[in-house]
Amino acid sequence: MNSPPTINILVPTGALGAGIRAEDVDAGLAAGAHAIACDAGSTDSGPAYLAQARCKYSRAAIKADLSILMRAQARSKLPLLIGSCGTSGCDEALEWTRDIALEIAAEHGLAPRIAVLYSEQPPTQMQRAAQQGTIHPLPPLTTVDPLAFAQCDHIVALMGPEPYVAALEAGADIVLGGRTTDTAVLAAVPLMRGMGEGAAWHAGKIAECGGLCATSPREGGVMVRVASDFFDVVPLRPTNRCTPYTVSAHMLYENSDPFLLTEPGGVLDVSQARYEALDERTVRVTGSRFIRKTYTMKLEGAAASAFQTLMLVGIQDPKPLADLPRFLSRMHQALTARVDETLGAAAGSYDISLRPYGWNAVSGIEEDFVPREIGLLFVATAQTQELATQIAKTCNPLFFHMPLHREAELPSYAFPFSPAEIERGAVYEFRLNHVIEVDEPCALVRTAFIDLREKAHA
Amino acid sequence: MPELLDVCRHVRSKNAGPFWITVDLFFKDAGCYARHVDSPALQPEAVARLFGIDPSAVKRFPVPALDVLKLSFPRKVPQGGFLERDMHGGQQYVRLLSVKL
Repeated sequence: MNSPPTINILVPTGALGAGIRAEDVDAGLAAGAHAIACDAGSTDSGPAYLAQARCKYSRAAIKADLSILMRAQARSKLPLLIGSCGTSGCDEALEWTRDIALEIAAEHGLAPRIAVLYSEQPPTQMQRAAQQGTIHPLPPLTTVDPLAFAQCDHIVALMGPEPYVAALEAGADIVLGGRTTDTAVLAAVPLMRGMGEGAAWHAGKIAECGGLCATSPREGGVMVRVASDFFDVVPLRPTNRCTPYTVSAHMLYENSDPFLLTEPGGVLDVSQARYEALDERTVRVTGSRFIRKTYTMKLEGAAASAFQTLMLVGIQDPKPLADLPRFLSRMHQALTARVDETLGAAAGSYDISLRPYGWNAVSGIEEDFVPREIGLLFVATAQTQELATQIAKTCNPLFFHMPLHREAELPSYAFPFSPAEIERGAVYEFRLNHVIEVDEPCALVRTAFIDLREKAHA
Repeated sequence: MPELLDVCRHVRSKNAGPFWITVDLFFKDAGCYARHVDSPALQPEAVARLFGIDPSAVKRFPVPALDVLKLSFPRKVPQGGFLERDMHGGQQYVRLLSVKL
């Protein structure tokens, strides 16, 4: 019996820059890949990467992974798709990645045709769209405040697969995308080649974190083979395995709903999906459905707000440790009073947060045990860096010498650094959790081509 | 009365985007799942009390095929603000471990 046709996507890693092994990529190419695709971004590490337009990984880590993929692309002539370049996928982070790609091409004598997909949106334009009513809030937000858009440092719209498909149809060998849903970059080629929508999107979701859907998550990436009404998933590395359990459990990961996943052009519904072992390492998934809806793009926006200065002190002194709730509350009162009497109104609106690592710094909920040692983190938040630092320096003597009781001898706690204060920079915030309706999938996307083939022949 | 830790082989939490936390309770087996998945301590009201949020916002997904209960709820403040203590939401499950079922 002939197997039904599949489009096979080699997913070398869950995140460009996290580490790719050339042997795994070679194994995927030998196993009949039709395209190489992976994601390079996320909001997971916080708003700073979008607000500052900086990549979470080092340049060297991105270059090492991208170099392996670009050389594999040049050898195999298969399309290479990378989504959400530079962590946030904003224009500056995308161009940072593009420049690394050009450097790799020059160093290795490669001449690909590169498409660069931009999906950053001007804040004023999004403010207008909010005023015009084409932007809607996602839970838990319930409102659309046009000013919130205007106040963002960067806003990106999450692309679907269509701009990737258009770029490949226009002859791109490599597509570097701005912010894209993790699934779309993997689903693009199967959708372009006419495979099933449910299978393509579900395969994209299962493979988006590379080996995370396998028994050994750190052992390389996976291959998904997408057909019209099923997909198979198998790890690239022969020692690793996918099982019905590891694959189906991946639908839980970082999803608030394990059965429904909203994408730009519809909703993936896996509530009826079946997961069966084809062999020891391969899982076949059937019954995935994609329900088309109005085309929307999710918006992510971040901005800088206040500034912070930190101090850290180690405390082993058993006296304050024996009554930490009282000690911390007394210290907070003393620090605040000292700032108010010295800086007064000049301090502006500020906050002092004391976080005792080793006791309850993570939860903030009072604990009923006595630790042997804590690292007490002092966080001053103020409107400028200078003010945050002035607040920290004002608090320094009390933070250093505060006893449990007023009449006790002055202790000296253990500062690890001199100077004691550390300027942390700005605090960044995510400001948006919205979608924008678009008339067609590429309406908010700009595509630029860099043709190194032409340059090579010129 | 057992605690959650006694009947689960793994419990984890993570951001589901910058505005939500999702917690996955992997019960030890189908028996543990069946006995405890509907426990009052794992209902939206109890979870909301534990995390100081509105019960109507807590989403609860039993996944019997995996012996998993998934609980998702909005963060009190979005990820990354000036009082952030757990950027990835990776430690939020810990306060659930000792709930009595």
